[in-house]
Amino acid sequence: METKKEVVIRTKDLTKRFGDFVAVDKITFDVHKGEIFGFLGANGAGKTTAMRMLCGLSRPTSGEAMVAGVDVYHKPEEIKRNIGYMSQKFSLYEDLTVLENIKFYAGIYGLTDKQIKDKSEELVEKLGLQNQAKVLVSLLPLGWRQKLAFSVAIVHQPKVVFLDEPTGGVDPSTRKQFWDMIYDASEQGITIFVTTHYLDEAEYCDRICIMVDGSIKALDTPYLLKQKYGVDNITDVFYQLARTAKRSDN
Amino acid sequence: MKQFFAFVTKEFSHVFRDRKTLLMLFGVPIVQIVLFGFALTNEIKNSNIVIVDNAKDLASQQIITKIASTDYFKIRKDLMSASQIDAAFKSGDIKMAIVFPENFYTDLLHTNKAQIQVIADASDPNTGTTLTNYVTGIIAAYQAQLNATIPIPEQINISTRMLYNPDLKGAPNFVPGVIAMVMLLICVMMTSISIVREKELGTMEVLLVSPFKPLYVILAKAVPYLVLSLINLTVILLLSVFALDLPIKGSILLLYAVSTMYIITSLSLGLLVSTGAKSQYGAMTLSLVGMMLPTMMLSGYIFPIENMPLVLRILSNVVPAKWFYLIIKDVMLKGLGFSYIWKETLILFGMTVFFLTLSLRNFKTRLE
Amino acid sequence: MNAITVDHITKTYNKGATLAVDDISFSIGAGELFGLIGPDGAGKTTIFRILTTLLLADKGTATVVGNDVVKDFHRIRGIVGYMPGKFSLYQDLTVEENLNFFATVFGTTVKENYDQIKDIYGMLEPFKDRRAGKLSGGMKQKLALCCALIHKPEVLFLDEPTTGVDVVSRKEFWEMLKRLKAQGITIMVSTSYMDEATLCDRIALMLGGKILSMDTPPNIIKAYPEKLYAIKSPNMHKLLKDLRTNEDILNCYAAGEYIHLSLKNSGKQNEDLLLKHLQDKGETDLILKETIPTVEDCFIRLLGKQDGNKEGSSN
Repeated sequence: METKKEVVIRTKDLTKRFGDFVAVDKITFDVHKGEIFGFLGANGAGKTTAMRMLCGLSRPTSGEAMVAGVDVYHKPEEIKRNIGYMSQKFSLYEDLTVLENIKFYAGIYGLTDKQIKDKSEELVEKLGLQNQAKVLVSLLPLGWRQKLAFSVAIVHQPKVVFLDEPTGGVDPSTRKQFWDMIYDASEQGITIFVTTHYLDEAEYCDRICIMVDGSIKALDTPYLLKQKYGVDNITDVFYQLARTAKRSDN
Repeated sequence: MKQFFAFVTKEFSHVFRDRKTLLMLFGVPIVQIVLFGFALTNEIKNSNIVIVDNAKDLASQQIITKIASTDYFKIRKDLMSASQIDAAFKSGDIKMAIVFPENFYTDLLHTNKAQIQVIADASDPNTGTTLTNYVTGIIAAYQAQLNATIPIPEQINISTRMLYNPDLKGAPNFVPGVIAMVMLLICVMMTSISIVREKELGTMEVLLVSPFKPLYVILAKAVPYLVLSLINLTVILLLSVFALDLPIKGSILLLYAVSTMYIITSLSLGLLVSTGAKSQYGAMTLSLVGMMLPTMMLSGYIFPIENMPLVLRILSNVVPAKWFYLIIKDVMLKGLGFSYIWKETLILFGMTVFFLTLSLRNFKTRLE
Repeated sequence: MNAITVDHITKTYNKGATLAVDDISFSIGAGELFGLIGPDGAGKTTIFRILTTLLLADKGTATVVGNDVVKDFHRIRGIVGYMPGKFSLYQDLTVEENLNFFATVFGTTVKENYDQIKDIYGMLEPFKDRRAGKLSGGMKQKLALCCALIHKPEVLFLDEPTTGVDVVSRKEFWEMLKRLKAQGITIMVSTSYMDEATLCDRIALMLGGKILSMDTPPNIIKAYPEKLYAIKSPNMHKLLKDLRTNEDILNCYAAGEYIHLSLKNSGKQNEDLLLKHLQDKGETDLILKETIPTVEDCFIRLLGKQDGNKEGSSN
C-alpha cells in the first residue's frame, strides 16, 4: 500500500549538544508525504529540541537533516517558507480578531490578496466561525482557538506542519474534531509532525517515534509496536520503555 | 514586500489597541519637549546675590545698577555683616556675593586698576561658573564703556572665589546626584520587580495560602535591597574620596543616617509600585518612567529647580530625590549638621510613612 | 462534618463579562480523594482559588474543615496544603532549600514532619542539592507535593498537578496520592486527563463553569444511556467517514485504537444493518464489539446532551 512516497523529512544521526549535555543523540528517521508522524516522550527527552532543529530554529551540532527538500544547516530560513507551526503556548495574536489573524498569517506566508480573501472566507466557513469572524481571539473558547490556529498554520498549504502538543487542556470533543482536521490535512498531502502527551492520540498516527534520553527507543506503526512489546495499548509500550530511562531520573 | 506590509498592518493594530503604551509613546515626547523647551533651562535667572559695597562711589553704583537691571540677579538689600552672609551661603539663600573695596573708583582713576571680589556658591559648579560669567560680562562691558572715553585703559580685576568647590570639580555636582539615582534604581525598581516576580511565577499564591503574614513577605524582600544600597553608597563614597578627590566635609555618620532614611523612602516607593504592577515588565516600566524620569528632571540634579515655572517647582516637592539631593549636598559638600537639614529629613520621613501606608493598604491578601 | 462544602458559588471576572463558575454546589467528605475533571476554562482553578481563600466568590458560601472561606480565611491558610497550576517552586533554590523554606513559612521544620513526606522525598533525596529549575517535570511535581505536605495539612488542594508531565510520572504521582489518602488527608485534585478520573473516589465533570455530572466513576459510567460499541478496521480514517454517512449513528469518534460509536437504536438487528452498510462501502475486516464506556466517553456524551445531540459541539 505504501508506494515510494516522497520523503519530506529526513534525518541522519542528527545531534544537538549543549556543552556536555547531549539533548538529542544521533536520531535517524524518514517521514513521507502525507504521513501523520507522532513524536512522543517525556519532557526533557529531547522532543522540543529535535523539533526546533527541524523547523530551522536551532542549529544542529552534527548529523544531517532535510526538511521539505531544504538542508537545515545551509538554508534554515527557506525551511520556514515551506512549513507551518503551531504550539500549545502560542499560535494566534490574542488582541487581533479571527479575520485579522488569518489575514496576517496569510500575508506573512506570501499569499496574494485574492488568495487571502478566498482563504479567509473558506476558513471561517469551515470552522463555523461566521458569527465570530470579527471577534477578538482572546474571547474565543480554547477549543476554537486551537482549531483556528491549526487552520492558520496550514493556510499556505505547506509541505509539513509541526504541531507541539496542540490539544493540551482541550475538552475531549474538541480534541476529536482537531484530529479530524489533521486527517483532512494529511489527505491533502500535508505531512503532520505532532508531539503529544495523550497516548490515545498516538494511535491516530501512521507511525510514532518514542524518544528517551535524547535517542529514539522505538519507531514504528502503533500496531507493530504493540505487537513487539506484547501489550495492547501504547501506554504500556511507554511504560516498558520508560523504565530504562536514566535522564528522567525516576 | 507584501509580507512586510501585512506585518506593519498588524503592528498598527497592536499599537492602537494598547492604550497605555500609546499614552506613553505620545505623552513622553510631548512632556519632554515642553519641559526642555520652556521650563528647563541652563540659563540661570533671579539668583539671589548680595552686594557689599564698601566704596559707595560712582563706579560701584554704576556697576551695581547694571547688575540690578539684568534679570540674572536679585539683589538682597538686607544682608550686611560677614557672618550673616556666611550663614546665607550655607542655607543656600544666596548664590553669590560681590564685594567692592573701599576706594574702588579712586583706585581705578589713579592707578588704572581696581579689584572686585566675587564669591560664588560652587557646590553646583555650573551655577557657580555661570553666575560668575554673568558678572564678569557685566563688568567687562562697563570697563569697555569706561575705556571708550579715556586714553589710558582701566582695568578691573575680578577676584573670584568658588565656595565649597574651589576647583570646580564636576564630581561634587554629580556624586550626590548619582547617589540619589542609584538608590532609587536599586530600591524602587529592583524591589518592585522582585515582588511582582513572585506574583508572576505563582509562588506568591502559595505564600498567601500559608500562615506567613504578607507583611513579612514584603519586609523580607526589602531587606536585601537595603543592605545592597548601603554597600553601594559606601562604594560610591570611597570612589569619590579616593578616586575623584572629593572630600566629605560633614559627619559621615549623619551621611549614612540620612541615606538610610532615603533608602527606606525609596523602598516604600518600590513597594507601592509593586502593588500597582501586574507583571515584571510593568514594574520595570513604572519604575523607570514613573520614578526615574521625574527624578532626573525635577530633583535639581541636572536642571536647577529655581528656574522652572511655578507648576514644576511645586511638583518637584513631591519628588523624594529633590529633598535628598539638598540634604546630601549640605552634608557632603557644605559640611553642615543636622540643624540645617532637619526640615528636609522630616519631609522624607513623612513621605515614607505615606508610601508605606498606601502600599500596605493596597497590598492584596487575595488574588483579585 | 464534611471537609469541604461549596454552596451555590458563582464567580465572574471582568465585571461580570466572563462567567467562570456558575452556581456550583458540592461537598467532600473527610479523607476523600475527589477529582475535578474538565478542560481548560471549565472553572476548576477558580474553584480552587475560592476554596484556598485567594478569591472571593460573587455569590454563595464555602467552608473548609468547618471554616468559612471569607470570615475564617486566616485559619484555613494555616491548615491546607496548596499546589497551584504552575509548579510554584523557586527555580534558583535547591531542592533542600525549597523544602526548608516552605517548612519555615508554615512554622515547622523538615525534621519535625519528615515521615509525612518520607515516601516521596526519598526519590528526591539524591538530588537535594540540585536547583529546582534543573529538575525534570516529574521531579518538580514531587518536590512541589512535598512542599505542600510538609506542615501536615488536613486538606490538600492540587490544581492540575499532572499537566505536561510524562505518563510514568503521572502514574507514580497518583500512587502517591492514594497512599496519602490512606493517612486520612482529604485531597481535592483537578486534571484534564480523563483517564486519571477513575483513580478518584468521586469526580465532578466540569465544563463552562458548570458541573455536568458528579458521582463515583463506576456510577457515572453505569449512567451512560446507550450501548457503546467499539469498532475497528485496517483503515480507520475511511471507517470514520463511512460511519458518518450512516443515519443510525448517534455518535461516533476516534478513541485510540478503536472508534467508539452509539446507535440511535441498539440491538443485534441494527448492529448487522450497520455492518452491512459499511461492507457496502467497501469496508473489510471489521471488528465490532460492545465496550464499557470510559469517563471520556461519558464526558463527550454529556457534552452532546448539552447541545441537543449534536456531535462535537463547541464549549
